[in-house]
Amino acid sequence: MWEYTNKVQEHFLNPQNVGVIEDADAIGEVGSLSCGDALRLFLKIDEDERITDAKFQTFGCASAIASSSVLTELIKGMTLDEAAKVSNKDIAEALGGLPKEKMHCSVMGQEALEDAIRKYRGLEVAPAPEGEIVCKCFGVTDLQIIRAVKENKLTTLEEVTNFTKAGGGCEDCHGRINEIITEVLTGEAAKPAPQPEKPAKLTNIKRFQLVTKVIDEEIRPALNKDGGDIELIDIDGHEVIVSLRGACVGCPSSGRTLKDFVERRLKDTVEPEISVREA
Amino acid sequence: MSAYLDNNATTMVAPEVREAILPLLGDEFGNPSSMHRLGGQSGMLMEQARQKIAAGLNCDPDEIIFTSCGTEGDNTAIFSALEAQPEKRHIITTRVEHPAVLNVAKHYERKGYDVTYLSVDPKGMFDMDQYSTAFRPDTALVSVMYANNESGVISPIQEMAEIAKKHGVLFHTDAVQAVGKIPIDLKKLPVDYLVLSGHKIHAPKGVGALFVRKNAPFRPFMLGGHQEHGRRGGTENIPGIVGLGVAMELAVKYIDDENTRVRAMRDRLEKGLMAAIPDAIINGDQEMRLPNTLSIAFKYIEGEAMLLMLDRFGIAASSGSACTSGSLEPSHVLRAMGVPFTFAHGSLRFSLSTYNTNEDIDLVLKELPPIISRLREMSPFRRGDEGLDWVEDHDH
Repeated sequence: MWEYTNKVQEHFLNPQNVGVIEDADAIGEVGSLSCGDALRLFLKIDEDERITDAKFQTFGCASAIASSSVLTELIKGMTLDEAAKVSNKDIAEALGGLPKEKMHCSVMGQEALEDAIRKYRGLEVAPAPEGEIVCKCFGVTDLQIIRAVKENKLTTLEEVTNFTKAGGGCEDCHGRINEIITEVLTGEAAKPAPQPEKPAKLTNIKRFQLVTKVIDEEIRPALNKDGGDIELIDIDGHEVIVSLRGACVGCPSSGRTLKDFVERRLKDTVEPEISVREA
Repeated sequence: MSAYLDNNATTMVAPEVREAILPLLGDEFGNPSSMHRLGGQSGMLMEQARQKIAAGLNCDPDEIIFTSCGTEGDNTAIFSALEAQPEKRHIITTRVEHPAVLNVAKHYERKGYDVTYLSVDPKGMFDMDQYSTAFRPDTALVSVMYANNESGVISPIQEMAEIAKKHGVLFHTDAVQAVGKIPIDLKKLPVDYLVLSGHKIHAPKGVGALFVRKNAPFRPFMLGGHQEHGRRGGTENIPGIVGLGVAMELAVKYIDDENTRVRAMRDRLEKGLMAAIPDAIINGDQEMRLPNTLSIAFKYIEGEAMLLMLDRFGIAASSGSACTSGSLEPSHVLRAMGVPFTFAHGSLRFSLSTYNTNEDIDLVLKELPPIISRLREMSPFRRGDEGLDWVEDHDH
């Protein structure tokens, strides 16, 4: 049983502004029958670009319906510029919070609103989700993931799935999502801090120190967030031998975690020749 | 008014079971391993419970090992069969198993085992040709559930176990949903391992039983003390075990009721809903189905929303929709059956027990149709929208 706030229950059981605006000035659409949730948002907009009315139709769970309802309440009376700033966080906060697994419902609200505004401003020719499709099951692009990671300060695969649904199906894209998270996190972290100089050739001791540092400071904290853990067993030349612990044991994506995350980080930060295997 | 129609998830503890357990939570708290009267009393009650289970399944009491749940039974059975035949590296199971079997199979797959996952047709039935030809010289085990928890579809276990026997391959069946609903006679049914769970048959949670046929290989999964003749370490859950014994007696007593009165109530619910609600389908074969289970799906709406609205009227059911489980995809069982996504997201499961009444059915027939109309009015999809996806990339 989900722990829904009173506000979510209120908006689910007595949703505001359900229905169609026949002469809508803008209609935003997101989701599909196959995805399990979909939202169609109707806006009435006056000459000052102020939203005078908003209605919705939603296919989805209680939190999807509640997110849609509270969104229409939030944006009524706003100018389009103001509405454009409404984020999924605003929607979730207006509901007194959503279970973390349901955050994608608030993202759906934000995306429908953006779609409506884009179309109203005559930008509908531009394809909505640009970028490379990462999650084929739910049609989520790298740009959507990068945005969710940045705006909501996400650090784990699970969080990305909760917010965007990406990775919630066949799991084939988990490696790529982890890469994106790492890129965003290190990209942002790297800006203020100068890149450490990489010596042309590492001594065994130096390599050991660097590998230990990256595992302790970057890799373990990331795995810990998913309930996993890692232990450095040995370093044999360029081969790093580790043992995955905790939730990583028996996890179907542990193989990918090892190659796509652990090995990649070590290659990038220590030495390109490094390979990782499990003890 | 309320109606508990989620008995495939768990059942209420029967009053007779509760009564039998209560003294064990009071003065009669002995450990069966102890050398004093309190311990002896507990030991005797435990052996009586074992005899009741054996009588209910028509097997020998020595063939019953008490466990903590269905999952433990399934894990132990599969572990036993594979550990005992390390040279055999192939498992046959199905795409519609409970996670207690499916995730164990996947675990062994990652360890290098080959696993054949039998598929099902849209009615949830296996292709017996695919099954018969799946056997290999290195097949260690067949694991097929007796009846499916979601669709209620009953597997042809007798036939499947006989085929496995002909190939000399061990056979395990997760019978958690079958016990108490279908008569089971282990003298006639050639399975090597059979698993049942207490809380599905009106005993409390935290107790189950594993049948291991004499001469079938066994390796303890829980290592520890000498309990269960060294087959399952850990102090026995005496209250649970005693409750399970009583529950098994009741299951035998009520099995006719399950197959007559309960079946009739289920059929009335099914007919009533199908007549009142357009764009609905029944999941699973309607003949080869548990008498208590109805899996029904409604287009254009989503299961969780229906459940929460039903809950307001005191009606408890469950859904195969993605949103209730924390996963994002609808149930693996419905997907294996090829139920279209448009229906899978809007599926509900009603599962009855001997404690349900006709008033319960009336309540659902009264409250569910307006809930569905209301959610459909809220939905952006209508009849004729089939296959309509706004964002092309969202196509499955």
